[in-house]
Amino acid sequence: MSVTANELLAVMGARELRNDTTVFTGVGAPMMASVLAQRTHAPRLTMMVEGGVIGPTWKPGELPISTNEMRAAYRAQMLPPITDAFLLAQRGFFDVGFIGGAQIDRHGNLNTSAIGGYARPKVRLPGSGGANDIISLCREVIILTVHEKRRFTERVDFITSPGYLDGGDSRRRHGLLFGGVSRVVTTLGVFGFEPTSRRMQLLALHAGATVEQVRENTGFEVLVSPQLTTTKPPTDEELSILRMLDPKRQFIG
Amino acid sequence: MTIAPREYDFEAARLRLEAKPKTAGPKLVSLDDAVARVKDGDHLALGGCLFSRTPLALVWALLRRRPRGLTLSRNLICYEAEWGMVAGAVNKVVTSWMGIGLPWGLSRIQREFVESGRVAFEEWSHLGLGLRYRAAAMGVPFLPSLTMLGSDLMEVGGSKTVECPYTGRTLHAVPALFPDVALLHVQKADPLGNCQIDGYPHMDGDIARAASTVLVTAERIVSEDEIRLHPDRTIIPGFLVDALAHAPYGSYPHECYGVYDAEPEHFTVYVNGIRERGAAAVADYLERYVHAPRSHADYLALFGEARLSDAAARARMLTT
Repeated sequence: MSVTANELLAVMGARELRNDTTVFTGVGAPMMASVLAQRTHAPRLTMMVEGGVIGPTWKPGELPISTNEMRAAYRAQMLPPITDAFLLAQRGFFDVGFIGGAQIDRHGNLNTSAIGGYARPKVRLPGSGGANDIISLCREVIILTVHEKRRFTERVDFITSPGYLDGGDSRRRHGLLFGGVSRVVTTLGVFGFEPTSRRMQLLALHAGATVEQVRENTGFEVLVSPQLTTTKPPTDEELSILRMLDPKRQFIG
Repeated sequence: MTIAPREYDFEAARLRLEAKPKTAGPKLVSLDDAVARVKDGDHLALGGCLFSRTPLALVWALLRRRPRGLTLSRNLICYEAEWGMVAGAVNKVVTSWMGIGLPWGLSRIQREFVESGRVAFEEWSHLGLGLRYRAAAMGVPFLPSLTMLGSDLMEVGGSKTVECPYTGRTLHAVPALFPDVALLHVQKADPLGNCQIDGYPHMDGDIARAASTVLVTAERIVSEDEIRLHPDRTIIPGFLVDALAHAPYGSYPHECYGVYDAEPEHFTVYVNGIRERGAAAVADYLERYVHAPRSHADYLALFGEARLSDAAARARMLTT
C-alpha cells in the first residue's frame, strides 16, 4: 500500500507509545497515532485531550476536528474542566504528550505564534493553544511533523513552546524541572537529542530516506547517531486500522 | 508588558463584588436587556471553547448595539473575534489560540488586524489563561505554576516569576484576570439563574466567579424544582448571575453538547468568502446575519428549520 505523510507520522508516532501509560494528545496525526497504538500494542493506553476529555472511544468515521467538540468526547470516561485537565499534567500524570507540526529549531523549541517580531509580525500564527503546557508539563514530548526546510530552522523567531531552550541544562535553569522533547518524528526519520548539548540528532531513517535528504531539508546542522538505524515500514495491519478509522481520509490525507 | 493592574487587582475586584446585590430573585430578562449591561471599553470573557458552547446569541445581540473598545478573552477563540475586529468593536484579544480548526487554515482576519497593529493580541498558553481565570475565581492575585516558564510567552503579557518560599524553586506567578463581564451559554437554567451544563464544563465555572458581571443565556429555562432534583449538576449558582436570557440555539452554528452539532459547512462558506474578499466578506456577513434580522429567531430562520433539526439529530447521535 502507498503511504501518505500523515499515515507515516501516525504509524511512527504510535510505535513510540507504550502500553500501561497515559498520553496527552491532539487532533490530526497525534490522534491517529494514539488510537492506532491502542488498537495494536497498547490497549491499556489512556488518552487525554485538551478540551477536557479523558479516555474517549472515538467512533470510526466521526473523528474530531477540534479537541473540544462532541466527537472528541465520544464515549469518554470523564469530561473535566479544561484547567483541571491540564493540572493533571502539571501534577505529573501524563507520560507522553504529542505536539503537531510547527517551526522547530535544533534544541526542539517550537514557534506557533509569529514569524517576524511578535508586536508587528510578518505572519501571525494561531498561537500556543495547549502546546506550551504539554511541552512544559508532560514527562516526555513527541513532536510529529512533516520534514520541510522552512519548518526546521536555525533559530525560531519566537519560542512558543520550550524544547531544550539554549541546550545543556537551560530548561531546568528556567524552572522547567520535568519533561523535555524525547523524539521528533518526521516524514524522513526519527530524531532524539544528544544528552549533553541537547542538540537534535538523527536516530533512524524511514525506508527510502537518506542522510543527505535530511540535511537538504533541515536549516541547521543535524547530528547523526553512530548507531543510525532504519525504521520498519508501516505494515498493512497498521494502515488498514488507520483507514478504517478515517474512511473519508479527512486526517490521513 | 500588556496586562493592566486592574486585571489582577484582587482587592478592587473583591470590593466590586461586595458592593453588588447578590439576590436569590428572578434573573430572567430579554437578550437585549442582558447585553445592555456591557459598557464600551469593557473586558469580556467568553465561555465555551472554540466552536463549542460559544455564547454566540449574546455576541450577536451585543454587536447589534455597535459597541467600541472592547477586550475579548477566551481560551481558544473562534471567528467571533473576527466579527469583533471587523465591526470595530474590539481592540484587544486575549487567548491561547485563534482560528476555527485545521481544515480552515490560518485566520486571515487575525493576520490582517494583528499584523497591521490595529488589534493587540495577547497570547497565553491554554493553561496559563485558565489559571488566570482560576486565580480570579479564587480571589487571589496570582497562582504559582510550572507552565510557560522559559518561553517567550512570558514576555507577551509581562509575566513574572516567584521564588517558592518553601523549596526555593522558580515558579511562574500567573496573574489573575478579573474580567468586567462574563458571557456564558448553558444548556439549562432556572429563572433564578442557577445554571447546569451538560458535557464539557470548559472554563465557565471559573469565568462566572472571576467576572464582576455575569450574563448567561440558556437553551432551556427549567423550573426551580428541576434544578433542585440534581443540585450536584449546578455549575453556577444563581446568586452569581446578573442577567439570564432564554436563547434556544444560543450557540448556533457552533455546537451545544447534546443539543445540536456545529455546522462546519457554514464555516467553510464563511471562510471562502474571506479568501475571496477579505474583511469585506465579514462585514457583509455581519450585515446579513447580525444587523438585518429583527430578532434572534429571525437570525435562526436564515439557516432554516431543516438544518436546525438535522444539527439536533446529529448531537443526539453523538451523545447517546
